[in-house]
Amino acid sequence: MVKFIWFLLRSLSPGWNIRRTMPRFSEQLYYNGVRAVPIVVFASVFVGLTTALQTGYQLMGIVPNYFIGMGVGRMLLIELGPVFAAFIVASRSASAMSAELGSMRISEQIDALETMAIDPYHFLCLPRIVATTISLPILVAVMEVVASLTGLMAAQALGISREAFMYGLTHFVEVRDFIGGMVKAVVFGLLIGTSGCYYGFYVEGGAQDVGKATTRAVVLSAILILVSDFVMAALIFSR
Amino acid sequence: MIRVHQLSKRLRGEPVLEDVNLEVPDGSCVCVLGRSGAGKSVLLKIIVGIIPPDSGQVSYENQRLNFGALADNRQIIMQTGFVFQGGALFDGMTVGDNIALPLRERTNLSEQEINERVGRVLSRVGLAHSVRLKVRELSGGMVRLVAIARALVTEPKYIFFDEPTTGLDPLLKERVLGIIKDLSRNGRSVLMVTHDLDFARQIADQIYIMKAGRVYLVDRNVKKEDYE
Repeated sequence: MVKFIWFLLRSLSPGWNIRRTMPRFSEQLYYNGVRAVPIVVFASVFVGLTTALQTGYQLMGIVPNYFIGMGVGRMLLIELGPVFAAFIVASRSASAMSAELGSMRISEQIDALETMAIDPYHFLCLPRIVATTISLPILVAVMEVVASLTGLMAAQALGISREAFMYGLTHFVEVRDFIGGMVKAVVFGLLIGTSGCYYGFYVEGGAQDVGKATTRAVVLSAILILVSDFVMAALIFSR
Repeated sequence: MIRVHQLSKRLRGEPVLEDVNLEVPDGSCVCVLGRSGAGKSVLLKIIVGIIPPDSGQVSYENQRLNFGALADNRQIIMQTGFVFQGGALFDGMTVGDNIALPLRERTNLSEQEINERVGRVLSRVGLAHSVRLKVRELSGGMVRLVAIARALVTEPKYIFFDEPTTGLDPLLKERVLGIIKDLSRNGRSVLMVTHDLDFARQIADQIYIMKAGRVYLVDRNVKKEDYE
């Protein structure tokens, strides 16, 4: 854990040039953010449908119908949006980063950077970690919008009026819910980027070890998402 | 002058280098000869500061490498060029971008100056028309030549070669030999690790033979029996 934190701080440490880093950062933002939009939208459709169906199944007839809109909205903003999007990005980006950096390590490309007096932490890890940290909140926002719309569709299919659903969604969702979800997304992004880079960067051996590092990166990302989700839920949403 | 003094290194508990001493005088070509597993590549990586030794020192012009804080060695490392055995090129980039990388990251040269330098150094290794090729489109020999070009583009004072002739056909070997001879003639210091005795004899001002992590013989005129 100490080495993991040291790695994160070392990667984000000062001494890098913004002009030189920007092209690599843009490339990572495109891969980890823009290219992830289709899969996030696809997942969001079903997250919204399922959340509305499950909420309706449990609450319809017990509470007023607008509670379904409130439940769907708050669940998406506080929990489901950030966590589902984080799992998608972890399975997609942490594995890719680990495999890429691991291959670079065993083919001596990272050593080559050092022999060229180029800091490999700043050259390789910084753009990836920052890009994941910035792109995840945006992906979470996309997921929340799409899932809310499909949640509305599912609610209408259950016989809940559009007006009732939207009333619950807009009147009982607090700014703190949205900001709390975004804070979670930023932290998840930071942890996913760091996990992916960490295991790839320190690979030793051959192709088999790159495979193992990739598995570890995804598993660690998933564990860190769940643990930090609990910690942040306790800090942000405890009354 | 590069001085290596009493260098020792263990990897996974096994000694890889033991009390290695070595000197590379300015403008000379020194070869470290040894079979696979003799510790040659580890020695080279310690000399350029990639791997820290367990004990011993490396100094460039009496300035010691600081293995505890590699950032302190930036001024020294900027005077070195390293040619890896497998090339260690970035396969997502073109040949030109690979060679330009140290210039773009370390200098404030304009793109025009960088392109001119890249063109010059590619001509020098005989690949003048390959600037736009992707690394994955290159043959093994071309990869080695591009790696040499990348090491030379910053005009370093010290150049290190890790097995520069492995897997090369005789013609390419000749070309690499010519490049290294040119470097020596132009006052660059060259340190090369290889297991190619004939190549070393053609080029080296001094040959160190390594066996099981130790320098076993230092001579200019090494015979085949010495090596075996």
